[in-house]
Amino acid sequence: MKITIASGKGGTGKTTISTNLTSYIASQGNKIVLADLDVEEPNSALFLKADLKKTTISNKMVPRWEQKSCTLCGKCAKLCNFNAIVAMPTEILVFPELCHSCYACSELCPTNSLPMTSQRIGEIKEFKAKDFPFIEGRLDLGQEMAVPLISQTIKYTQENYPKYIKIFDAPPGTSCPVIEASRNSNFVILITEATPFGLNDLTLAVETMRILDQNFGVIINRHGIGNASVEEYCLKENIPIITKVKNDKEVAKLYSKGELIYNKIDHFKNSLDEIVSFIGDIK
Amino acid sequence: MREIVVVSGKGGTGKTSLSASFSYLEGQNALACDCDVDAANMHLLLEANFKNQEDFYSGEVAIINEELCKNCGKCATVCRFDAIHLINGQYKVDPISCEGCHYCSHICKPNAIDMITQKAGDIYTSNIKNNTKMVHAKLGFGAENSGKLVAKVKQNAKIMALNGDIKYVITDGSPGIGCPVISSLSGANLVVLVTEATITGLHDLQRVQKLVKTFNLKAVCIINKYDLNKKMSEQIEAYLKEEDIKVVGKLPYDETFTKALAQAQTIIEYDKNSVLANLIQDSWKEIKNEVIQ
Repeated sequence: MKITIASGKGGTGKTTISTNLTSYIASQGNKIVLADLDVEEPNSALFLKADLKKTTISNKMVPRWEQKSCTLCGKCAKLCNFNAIVAMPTEILVFPELCHSCYACSELCPTNSLPMTSQRIGEIKEFKAKDFPFIEGRLDLGQEMAVPLISQTIKYTQENYPKYIKIFDAPPGTSCPVIEASRNSNFVILITEATPFGLNDLTLAVETMRILDQNFGVIINRHGIGNASVEEYCLKENIPIITKVKNDKEVAKLYSKGELIYNKIDHFKNSLDEIVSFIGDIK
Repeated sequence: MREIVVVSGKGGTGKTSLSASFSYLEGQNALACDCDVDAANMHLLLEANFKNQEDFYSGEVAIINEELCKNCGKCATVCRFDAIHLINGQYKVDPISCEGCHYCSHICKPNAIDMITQKAGDIYTSNIKNNTKMVHAKLGFGAENSGKLVAKVKQNAKIMALNGDIKYVITDGSPGIGCPVISSLSGANLVVLVTEATITGLHDLQRVQKLVKTFNLKAVCIINKYDLNKKMSEQIEAYLKEEDIKVVGKLPYDETFTKALAQAQTIIEYDKNSVLANLIQDSWKEIKNEVIQ
C-alpha cells in the first residue's frame, strides 16, 4: 500500500499529517515507512527526532567533454534540446544543471567524446524514528531539477521496505514534482484549507489527479475558519472528505516547536482515526 | 522601475497575502506579478479580470506516426524516461513520461517520430483593484518548464512597468529552492523573505537565504506569527542578524489573515485600522526605503 499526501497550496499541513499519521499507525504495531519527497524543503525530520542510519549520495548522469578525441563537429549541441551543451569554436561547454540525462549527445557522438559521468544532486538519508523507518530526499542548493531525486527516493523506499505500508510526503504544487510523487501510489490524500486559496489550489490538484487517473480524497485542515466553499466543491464533485481537522492555535503552537500532536490533542487524534479507517477501506 | 520579490521557502507563511496587500497599498505606482505559477493565488485577492490572454509554449512531446512505424523498438531502447512501450503490437509514447529530448526521433530510421510543441500554460494581463494591473499565469497540466514560464511572466511585467513608467513591480515568488524560485529571484532589486516562528519556518528560511546569497541579492525579512513561539522568533532574529538581514516587520498570530482571505480581500481592505493592517503599512514603508538605498 502506497499513499501520497499532497496539496496544491503549500503550508496546508502535509508534513503535520504525514508525520503524525505515520507515528500513530506505527505505534499500533504496524509496519510502516515514511518518505519525505519534498526534496526542495524537506521538513518531516524536524518532527521525528530520528537517528540517522545511512546517507546515500544521489547522482544524475551528465556528459563530460573529452577534448582529446573531439573533432568539434558540434553535433552534440545541435542534438541537445535543453541548451545544456554549447559548441564554441575551440571547445564544448556542458551545463550540467540543465541536462536531463537523455544520453543523446553521449551515445550519438561520432567520436565518443562525451562519456556520461555521475554528478551529485542531493542525498537520500535513512533514519530510525521511534518505531518506524523514515527516508528523506534532500536536494542540494543550486540544483534545479527535483524530479530525478524524488524518483530515486521512492525507489530506495520500495527496494528497502517492500512489505511496509508507505506514506509519501509530496512537494506542494501541481507540476512535475507532484506528479512524480503521486503517479504510482494507490491513493492520494489532498490536504487543503477552507479559503479561496485553498479551493483554487485544490481544484488544480484535482484536475491533475483526474488526468493521472489517480484515486484521491480530501482532508480539510484548520476547519472552522474560512468559508464553506471547499466543502461545497467536494460535494458537487463527488470527492470524499476523509476528515476535517479543527482549527486550533494549540496545534500551531506544538507544530512551531517541532512536536507531534496526536498524543497531546484529542480532536487531532480523532481525525487520524478517521483517516486510518478510511485507508483501511481502500483496496 | 524597481522589482521587489517576495519569497518564503515554506508555503503558507502569508507570502501572497502580504504581496497583495503591498500592491493594494501602492496602487497605480505598482504592478503586481504572480510568479507562483504552480499555484497562482494572488489574482483572487486583487480581483483580476483576465483581460488579455496569451499562450505559452514550451517543451515538446514525441508522437509515433503508426503508418510509418516498423515497430523495431529502437526508440524504446534509447528512451531513458521509460516513456515508450509496446501496446498491442504497436509502440506508443506516454506523453506524461516523455521529456521531449528528441533522442528517439533522431534515431528512428523510418522517420516515424514527430516532436510536437506543447502548450505549457497561459499568461494573463489583468486590471485589478486600486486602478492598477497585474501579470499572472496558469501552468498547464504536467508542464515542466515552470522556470521558463516564470521568466516570461516577469519579463512581461517589467516591460509593462517600464513602458508605463511604473515605480515598482511587486512579485509574489514561488516556494522551494528549485528552478521556479531561481527564476523568480533573478534580477530582483530587493528580496523580501517571509517566514514564520516555527521550526520549519526557520529551516526553510535558511535554505532559501543560501540561494539568495549565491545570487548576491539584498534581502529583508518579515517574521509572521512571531508570538506563536517567541523562542523560535528569537532564534530566527539571531540568524537574520548573522546574515545581516534587516527585519522589516514582526506580525502576530492573527486570524485576520484567514478571515480577509475568506472574503477575497487584502488585509488592508478588510480592516484598514486593525493592528495587522498598520503593521503591514509600516513594513511596506521600510521595504521602500530599503530598495531605494
